[in-house]
Amino acid sequence: MSSEIIAPSRESSGDRFFARLGGLAEKINPWLIFRVAVFYLGLLLIWEMLYRAEIWSPYLFPSPSEVWEELKQTTENDLLWKSIRATMERLAIGFTLAFVVGMIMGVACGTMKWVDQTLGTLVLGMQSLPSITWLPLAILWFGLSEKAIIFVVLMGSVFAIAISARDGVRNIPKLQRRAAQVFGASRWQTVRYVTLPGMLPSMAQGLKLGWSFSWRSLMAGELLFVSGGLGYLLQIGRDLNNMALVIAVMGVIVAIGLLFDRLIFGPLESWVANRWGLSHG
Amino acid sequence: MNWSSVVGRRASGSAGAVNGSLAAGAGDDLETAPPPADEAANVAPVRDTVAAAAAAPLLSLKGVTKRFVTSRHDTTAIDDIDVEIRAGEFVCVVGPSGCGKSTLLNIVAGLDKATSGTITFDGKPLKGSSAERVVVFQDAALYPWLNVRANVEFGLKMKGIRGKERRKVADRYLELVNLTKFDKAFVHELSGGMKQRVQLARALAVEPRMLLMDEPFAALDAQTRDVLQAELQDIWLRTGATILFITHNVREAALLSDRVLVMTPGPGRIKAEINVPLQRPRDPDTHAVVDFAAEIRKQLQHDEYAVSKPEGGYVI
Ligand SMILES: Nc1ncnc2c1ncn2[C@@H]1O[C@H](COP(=O)(O)OP(=O)(O)OP(=O)(O)O)[C@@H](O)[C@H]1O
Ligand SMILES: [Mg+2]
Repeated sequence: MSSEIIAPSRESSGDRFFARLGGLAEKINPWLIFRVAVFYLGLLLIWEMLYRAEIWSPYLFPSPSEVWEELKQTTENDLLWKSIRATMERLAIGFTLAFVVGMIMGVACGTMKWVDQTLGTLVLGMQSLPSITWLPLAILWFGLSEKAIIFVVLMGSVFAIAISARDGVRNIPKLQRRAAQVFGASRWQTVRYVTLPGMLPSMAQGLKLGWSFSWRSLMAGELLFVSGGLGYLLQIGRDLNNMALVIAVMGVIVAIGLLFDRLIFGPLESWVANRWGLSHG
Repeated sequence: MNWSSVVGRRASGSAGAVNGSLAAGAGDDLETAPPPADEAANVAPVRDTVAAAAAAPLLSLKGVTKRFVTSRHDTTAIDDIDVEIRAGEFVCVVGPSGCGKSTLLNIVAGLDKATSGTITFDGKPLKGSSAERVVVFQDAALYPWLNVRANVEFGLKMKGIRGKERRKVADRYLELVNLTKFDKAFVHELSGGMKQRVQLARALAVEPRMLLMDEPFAALDAQTRDVLQAELQDIWLRTGATILFITHNVREAALLSDRVLVMTPGPGRIKAEINVPLQRPRDPDTHAVVDFAAEIRKQLQHDEYAVSKPEGGYVI
């Protein structure tokens, strides 16, 4: 009997968390830090040299220190924080709505054939629309308002989320659903204890994709028409011919994107891979 | 039969004491069917034959037929099946691939509806699935997002049993299948044999009236299969479960069952019913079991020319 027993890891999730932290510490070895530091310092150096070479006018091509100064100034007068807050609020509302609506549509499509044949085809078609094309419609319906931009964020990700939810439900092995039935699970119990957790691998990817669509359409929307937010700050930079501000805000947008990826979607994906054993191939 | 008490007793007392108590439990029925004293020595222990013969059938199928009608095919999977299974019996179904064994099991599980015929369970018409009749599937029926313990507790949770009580029951059945140490492992960290033990524990934990097993060991290597067959026999002896077991493997059938139902190639009918009056616990390598396997194989063999052999062939 012992011949077929393999050693599973018996850590609790807490142990796993610390193990991962430990792994992170292992990954952050001095060499790695050195290489990364050299790469980015090199980039800054090239940037500075290009600035000093005065190929472009300094108005169009500010130096790294100018961008840094601009960034400091916008944080000091609270403009940056206000913009970030406005943007995050829109994203949170729009994306939450998209998540709820997308999940409902996706689960319905995945579990009921007739819904898939009707709503499913519509969702598939709509998904091919670049989300910013909802903007004219949003403006006509809601005017130049907060509602319009949230609508664009919603439409940006709802279809991607719905499709991955549908696929997630479809990919649950039939026997897993049958097993629930055998144990006398009610319809609601099956959804709660089998369908929802079972669709997680697909959802982890779908949420990430949906988020990036939402994020992009939000930036586009803010840039184009509403006040407040990071996109609007970019617009101000353009209007004032303040290239340093434009670059600083772009940097902030990149940083927020990275932060979401590292703090939310990365861990979600690795949790799923760990649970399902996907990382072991 | 109160399984938990049996399992509990097993945990504290010796195996002999448990067997004694089971025999005593069966003894309630002795008045109506006294054991044939001279056969008792080398034939099956009293526990199954006597208790089983006296009781009314737990499951009874009469004229059960299942047709699958699709746009391309009209298949009669099983045709006019009559089966009776009494409480405490271990019944194996063997038959060539595609003869409708899984169809039969799914109908008994309530996962599928018969096209015609009547099915009664415990005297009442069988309708739909319920935790009274639990299935152990061949593969991939565990939940990868749950660890071993949570998988074992799944059925209890569906029954609405509270966390504390669930843990207690799960502990018992994890011990029964020798997985106590692996309770926090994830499904992908288990070997095939361990997965099937988890499925068995999950099924037993809800204390079903009948256990339905659809080729549960078919995907395992020979060695692991031997181990699990022995464990299942042991568990059956200790718990007094009623089991309907489907297999391709005639030796498995000879080793485990009280009775073997041999099916014809599709449309599946019951072709022969073979009692297996061998003493328990049985050893797969004894002459008695090997000879019986040959007997079952003989019943099957006529059909081998009529249909393609199952993958891997019949194993003796
Ligand atoms: N859902 C279905 N739709 C149509 N035909 C089906 C369906 N399920 C089973 N069948 C047919 O019914 C017959 C019996 O199938 P079943 O799965 O019960 O066979 P089996 O004896 O379990 O075979 P195996 O030993 O290979 O598992 C087969 O001919 C199969 O094609
Ligand atoms: Mg089958």
